[in-house]
Amino acid sequence: MTDLTNRVDNDANADTTAGAMQAGTDSAAIDAHSDADTNAKAMQVLRRGLRESPELRRGLGVTAAVALFAAAGRLMVPILTQLVLDHGVLGASGYRPAVVWALSLSAAGVLAVVMIASRAAYIRLVSMAETVLVNLRVRAFEHIHNLSLATHTASRRGVLTARVTSDIDALAQFIQWGAMSWIVNPVLIVGTLAAMLIYSWQLTLLVIAAHLPLLPFLRWVQRRQLTAYGRVRDRVADTLGHASEAVSAAAVIRSYGYTDAMRNRLDSAVQRHYRAQLSAHKWFTVMLPGVDLVSSLALAAVIVVGVWNADSLGLGAGGLVAFVFLVRLLIRPISELGEVFDHTQTALAAWWKIISVLDMEVEVAEPAPDDAESLPSGPLGAELRGVDFAYRTGGLVLRGIDVAIPANANVAVVGETGSGKTTFARLLTRLADPTDGTVRVGGVDLRRVAPGARRRGIRMVPQDGFLFAATIEDNIRFGRPGATAADAAAAIDALGLRPWIDTFGAGVHTQVGQRGGRLSVGERQLVALARAQLSDPGLLVLDEATSAVDPETEEALAAAMMRLAEGRTTVSIAHRLSTAERADLVLVFHDGRVVEQGTHSELLDASGVYSNLHKSWIGSTRRSTPPPSSPMTLAELAEH
Amino acid sequence: MFEGASARHEGVEMFEGASARREGDEMLQSPPARPESVARRGMRLIMRSLRAHPWPHAVAMIGALGFVFATVGGAWVLGWTTDNVIIADSAPRRDAVIAAVAVIAVSAASGVSVVMRRWFLAMAELRTQRDWRRGLLHQYLDLPMEFHRRRAAGELLAHVDSDVNTATMVLKPLAFAASVMALVLVTLAALYAAHPLLALIALVLFPALALISHIYTRAVEAPSAEVQRRVGEVSTVAHESLDGAMVVKTLGREQIEVQRLRDASERLRDERIKVGRMRGMFEPLVDALPTAGSIVLLLVGAWLVDQGLATPGDLVLAAMLFSLLAMPLLVVGFFLEEMPRSVVSLERVDSVLDLTVPSPLSAGPQVLGSAPLSVNIAGLGVRHGPHVVLNGVSLDVRAGETVALVGATGSGKSTLLEAIAGLTPAESGSIRLDGTDIADIGGDELHEKVALVFQEAFLFADSVAENLGLQRRSSPEGISAALAAAAAEDFVAALPEGQATVVGERGVTLSGGQRQRLALARALAGDPRLLMLDDATSAVDPVIEARMLRHLRNLDATVLIVAQRISTIELADRVAFLSQGRIVASGTHDELLARDDYRSLVSAYEQAQAAAP
Repeated sequence: MTDLTNRVDNDANADTTAGAMQAGTDSAAIDAHSDADTNAKAMQVLRRGLRESPELRRGLGVTAAVALFAAAGRLMVPILTQLVLDHGVLGASGYRPAVVWALSLSAAGVLAVVMIASRAAYIRLVSMAETVLVNLRVRAFEHIHNLSLATHTASRRGVLTARVTSDIDALAQFIQWGAMSWIVNPVLIVGTLAAMLIYSWQLTLLVIAAHLPLLPFLRWVQRRQLTAYGRVRDRVADTLGHASEAVSAAAVIRSYGYTDAMRNRLDSAVQRHYRAQLSAHKWFTVMLPGVDLVSSLALAAVIVVGVWNADSLGLGAGGLVAFVFLVRLLIRPISELGEVFDHTQTALAAWWKIISVLDMEVEVAEPAPDDAESLPSGPLGAELRGVDFAYRTGGLVLRGIDVAIPANANVAVVGETGSGKTTFARLLTRLADPTDGTVRVGGVDLRRVAPGARRRGIRMVPQDGFLFAATIEDNIRFGRPGATAADAAAAIDALGLRPWIDTFGAGVHTQVGQRGGRLSVGERQLVALARAQLSDPGLLVLDEATSAVDPETEEALAAAMMRLAEGRTTVSIAHRLSTAERADLVLVFHDGRVVEQGTHSELLDASGVYSNLHKSWIGSTRRSTPPPSSPMTLAELAEH
Repeated sequence: MFEGASARHEGVEMFEGASARREGDEMLQSPPARPESVARRGMRLIMRSLRAHPWPHAVAMIGALGFVFATVGGAWVLGWTTDNVIIADSAPRRDAVIAAVAVIAVSAASGVSVVMRRWFLAMAELRTQRDWRRGLLHQYLDLPMEFHRRRAAGELLAHVDSDVNTATMVLKPLAFAASVMALVLVTLAALYAAHPLLALIALVLFPALALISHIYTRAVEAPSAEVQRRVGEVSTVAHESLDGAMVVKTLGREQIEVQRLRDASERLRDERIKVGRMRGMFEPLVDALPTAGSIVLLLVGAWLVDQGLATPGDLVLAAMLFSLLAMPLLVVGFFLEEMPRSVVSLERVDSVLDLTVPSPLSAGPQVLGSAPLSVNIAGLGVRHGPHVVLNGVSLDVRAGETVALVGATGSGKSTLLEAIAGLTPAESGSIRLDGTDIADIGGDELHEKVALVFQEAFLFADSVAENLGLQRRSSPEGISAALAAAAAEDFVAALPEGQATVVGERGVTLSGGQRQRLALARALAGDPRLLMLDDATSAVDPVIEARMLRHLRNLDATVLIVAQRISTIELADRVAFLSQGRIVASGTHDELLARDDYRSLVSAYEQAQAAAP
């Protein structure tokens, strides 16, 4: 009787899970992971995975219990049918109500126990798995934060973020569904075969032999399926790529009359997407009928052989009926395993990617607490000797840098994009360590400076002006652990930002939104400057914003930067002419080297790289612009 | 199958997690309540797909019915085999072979029906997806710019991707659910034929299953919505924190960030465990019910057999059919459960599909000459939603003149150019090119004669040549000349495959300045008679910019240029000074310097001047 249940069961199961799988592949495509690392061997992933999450081992007992209870529940009906038929109805003594009642009641008892126990075990399993996921997610996240930032480009960061979001979610999805399949079904298959053995070893061998062709069949289908899903992912990415062009380039498409050509591109992308999906579905379609057909062949053989050799096999009528049921019981676990296969691949790949993150070496290692040194207070000088730097991939970005920055100096770093300015700033703040040579700040090798002392003494204000989703005041207070609202207010006043703050209705309590998104770029940098002011560092590294901001913010920024620089050493990556003109020392970077250094006027006289750059700036900016007759206040400017 | 149910939940969850990442808060809001019932809207969704693709749906339905009959036939074959082959004392050997052949035949029939149902249903579903995707994308191309200004790009992409997928989810179990009614009737009839008492047990058990499934579905709805919200929350924390990794590190806030993520993850875990508890209650119960039914069946059946009211074969047949009915009822449950989500997604899709595309202007006769265009703007007003962007702008530009537009951020410079290019409709006033109102100029002619270059230089994922030509009638020589004029000749020649090099998202990465030079070359390749630059050289090296601008001086076209560099401003014959949506002054740069507000703005530009490109 289970035969039909299983068939219907399986089928609806498969139909609904197809949706889940599709969902999985579609959203995976959005992350556009490279598939290079998805080929890791399943066992290798499991071994490493167990080592990274030892809690999994502790859950093994519970897992086994879940499997056994589920298997017992499913095997009960055929065995009960056999017992009732052979001993209660068709036996030598005919109908024996007492036996039937006893069998039925004990079956009901077993059923109740199985139900309660499998509920408890299932809940334990879910809690365990969820806890493992939390720990794995948090560990990977922490590790990413500890990695050197020198290698974090925006796209790389996106990939790393996907490790703690979509990859963990893919694992969670698998644990709640696919993992149960892998736990219950093998036990069910083995249990069913064991039950068969009790009835007849000859017929059992026959069943196993009949099922053997399934192995190559399923492997073949699975391989096809993997390739097909890979193609679907590519096509989804392609469709989304074209769609995002249609959206981002909406203005260009309209103003250049590119609409029809674009429509053709989009239509063919959508059509290819459809073709790939339909073709991938082919393999899903034939899997269940294939398993069913093989199982039916086995069943047919069992009926013929069992009936023809009823006497020599010593199987009662009830035994043969039970055996027939048991054969049908194999369909569900086999096809279920076949159908979760690609899901399993996705989950293993995700797991491996997460483990690979944990394997990434933390390149900037903090010194041992006993060994660590602190920094002197007051303005800090810096000295770079023979510094080379190369990113993990690629050649030297900085070579042979020898620079001495006196304490209290005001240094401007200039040079073209890619000349090494930004890398230089990262080395000064120890966001990366030099490949060769040393960086000393306040006379101490940066590698030996305690992290706390470094954070207090050296401060970088990056140009992106990232803010946390909190109030302006909170964001300023984050500048120093334990800073109060009064400290924040003092920092605001010290930089002359009060008029700007007052333009907000809620003042310092204004919420800045995710990433500070409710403020303009320039305004975010104003908050970042106040944050730096509050921490009062001895060495300040500023990356000036390149993007043009509105004039009023621009003026406020210039004034705030000037005040912030007072009483400390400042190194500015200069994108503004005026910054270099004001500096005590200008470092000119070209192709990874410092090609010129000196004051603005010295460098102009030298007529080298700097003076050429300067001439072209002058050409494009300075003509006949006299200054405004009277300098406007911020408030006046705001009115324009 | 219960695993199936959970997989479905999770599938949806993961999905919406992905959308939440893209869309941020938008996904977290519950859909607006509508007076019309979900069931009715769901039925309309299904009818739309049925009407659009009747044939695949019909074949899938036939497959589903075939499957019902194959299934019941299989049960009947095994019942017959029990009575006539297994239990019968003197069954001829031939009967065993007949039984074996029947088993295989039924399996083959069932296989064919499964393939029919799955394949054609997939076809119907995927074709429906294809229709909606195409419809959306065509709307993205055809709707006015205003639409793109209002809707976030991430949201529009989510419509094409996850919303379309979710909207068609309800179609997946459609054929199966539709065949359930047939299955219920056939099964009850077969049970009744075996013995009315057996049918009676079924009539008690099945409603119980349906009820439990209904209760579970209702109970799990709120917590699984909560799980989705928590997935979004974790993702938001992770993205925010890792985007700001540099600042986190500088401030030494790693541990605080780790704690934030741990808190969010633990809240997600707790919700998932809550859902797990419900599932832990439901699944064993539903797994046990058919078994419990079978036990009762054997108890009653043994007595019936003894009384000679039924045969053991009847018993086998009954037990099979019996457990058979549980499944389809649950499938109907899934189907109903899927509906609200699908309906909401389709509503999002429809919010785009239902918008009316303004009919394009008929390609009238050419009204513009081949000389540079004069521009006459009178009392132009433009609004973006409630916000007045341009308020009574009047400006006359002579043919061949070069005019610089200067103004603070938000003064309306870009909007003015977009209005002239026909991208933004005027609310009041008029824009005339060579004396003809732009409303009366055909779209094709406007695109040919007027070129607007944006600050964000967008490159398609295609070759340099295609990016410049954009399917217009530009010759290879024209493209080369345009590259030279935009000072892009040298770096394009240095690309691996020259003009055939693929750029954009999946091609060679170009610097901001290089992209802007290509964007200018794109405009020049069309040989426009009115060229408008919207801060289009902001990322170009000043030395190269000077070369480009010198070329523009000699161009046989009227030029409107939004400028932030003094050198650019000085290039113009005249400067129009904008403030708060009006032109407050116009004249040469030197004349305007007499104004304090103009002077202060220009000196702020000078401060902001990029020293290094």
